[in-house]
Amino acid sequence: MWMYFFKRLMHGIPVLLTVATLTFGIMHMVPGGPFDTEKKLPPEIIANIEAKYHLDKPVWQQYLLYMKQILQGDMGPSYKYIGRDVSDIILEAFPVSLTLGLCAVLITIGLGVPAGVISAARRNSWVDHSCIFAATLGISLPSFVLGALLILLFSHQWHLLPPALWEGPKHVLMPAFALGAGFAGYIARLTRSTVIEVLGADYIRTARAKGLSETTVLIKHALSNSITPIVSVMGPLTAGLVTGSFVIEFIFSVPGMGNFFITAVTNRDYPLIMGVTLVYAVLIVLANIFVDLIYMKLDPRVSLTGQRT
Amino acid sequence: MFAKMSLPSKLSAVFLLGLILCALFAPWVAPYSYETQDTLRTLAVPDGTHWMGTDRLGRDVFSRMIYGAQISLFIGVFTTLVALVIGTIYGAVSGYVGGRTDNVMMRIVDVVFALPDLLMIILIMVVLGRGLWGIFLALTVVSWVTVARLVRGEVLRIKEFAYIEAARAIGASHTRIVFHEIMPNILGVLIVTLTFRIPVAILAESTLSFIGLGIAPPVSSWGTLANDGWTAIKFYPHLILFPSLAIFLTILSFNFLGEGLRDWLDPRKTH
Repeated sequence: MWMYFFKRLMHGIPVLLTVATLTFGIMHMVPGGPFDTEKKLPPEIIANIEAKYHLDKPVWQQYLLYMKQILQGDMGPSYKYIGRDVSDIILEAFPVSLTLGLCAVLITIGLGVPAGVISAARRNSWVDHSCIFAATLGISLPSFVLGALLILLFSHQWHLLPPALWEGPKHVLMPAFALGAGFAGYIARLTRSTVIEVLGADYIRTARAKGLSETTVLIKHALSNSITPIVSVMGPLTAGLVTGSFVIEFIFSVPGMGNFFITAVTNRDYPLIMGVTLVYAVLIVLANIFVDLIYMKLDPRVSLTGQRT
Repeated sequence: MFAKMSLPSKLSAVFLLGLILCALFAPWVAPYSYETQDTLRTLAVPDGTHWMGTDRLGRDVFSRMIYGAQISLFIGVFTTLVALVIGTIYGAVSGYVGGRTDNVMMRIVDVVFALPDLLMIILIMVVLGRGLWGIFLALTVVSWVTVARLVRGEVLRIKEFAYIEAARAIGASHTRIVFHEIMPNILGVLIVTLTFRIPVAILAESTLSFIGLGIAPPVSSWGTLANDGWTAIKFYPHLILFPSLAIFLTILSFNFLGEGLRDWLDPRKTH
């Protein structure tokens, strides 16, 4: 188990290296720099600024320097938030995004799994049809449309919830729901189809023949055997939540990484863009390893070498 | 084919057809041009003269929505088509040739796959700059890999079939086998993929434009219109409602249509 974990971790390193190199390359291809201003600065000042941020050195030196810094956990100073390090900004913003993401996952699973199970249990009934319909609606509704709609109704119309900022549990509800609802649609459909498949299995007939109640059969036998496919989409789900957070944090003015990323892109704050991108890459690599580990625990047929039988 | 589809799929097909016609014939359908200002009536609520009201410069929202449909649909349909062609060729070569070539080609795909789509698109657009062509290129760069993976998988599966061996035995060339024997068998999958990928592209474009990183003015898509409305959401909610509704209905219709096509093309499923 631990061997496998380390092996997977090692596989993640080339991915991260590629990401770091690519972002570095992209940022250096960009026309125009962060210090281009309307007014022409005196050449000495430009030289000073460039020396401070090592922009006067040849590109390969900058690259090596950058890689060395990253390995030490130092992502350099932000170009726009003067006097602040990228690492500080990320450390401050990360817990916010993490809270939002975890709440969204709770909503996704809390809505999606029950809806899928109920749908499967009442297959082809009106309950099933309305669940599928709701799931398709959820999948098709862009999160910013849902977010705007929520703000319009709950903040501006009924004055129940705050429309923005991040100051307490009340501020988490709407962004988490807007972020999680769409994915709940995917989870609901996935759960439905796997549970339907499992319900056709022989051991379900055995369980029913033993006289177990339908609820026990559903929860204990069907759902617990349908959990593996649901776990396997948690990796892509993490990636989806990351990109989803850009928009949601933008709409609800949540001071998380997504919001900083958007601002950094508009400001051409390259160290911050690169830093946030790297953190996302690490997050996604870790999420995938984590999912594979759970997968392995749940399904004995998945062997330790990572070969799925 | 049409008769066999479910009601939502049928309605979706009709809606999308109408939408595409509106976008194509925008100058004749739209009551005003997208930049005509009615300076006496700025930020008007919907009524008989302005069906969807006017924005802060007094421009007719309904007309701007129709011109916006041109951009949104163009991005959705053409990026997906280009990605489909690139991905199909790449995936087919990778899967058909196999071995080392396949390994190397798939490693490249894995790298593009490592980061989430929207993050990649934003990074690419930092280099290319905002605007129609920037977003077109960025979207294509990230979407062809999904198609490449899918096509490779299908080709790997199909190339083991006996009839391919038979084709090889009668001396068919590789090009012939790929284009005449394998491709017709994955055409259905490709059509369904196309229908499901178009809304993904439309969503990506509108999301980017909404957060101010997509289409740049004076060109506007539904995403930029929604962004315009966002700033005035408290007092003039109609400005964000109409573009949002258009995006939602279009994505929903493509999804319903895709499901209809998939069920119709899936021989295991009988309706």
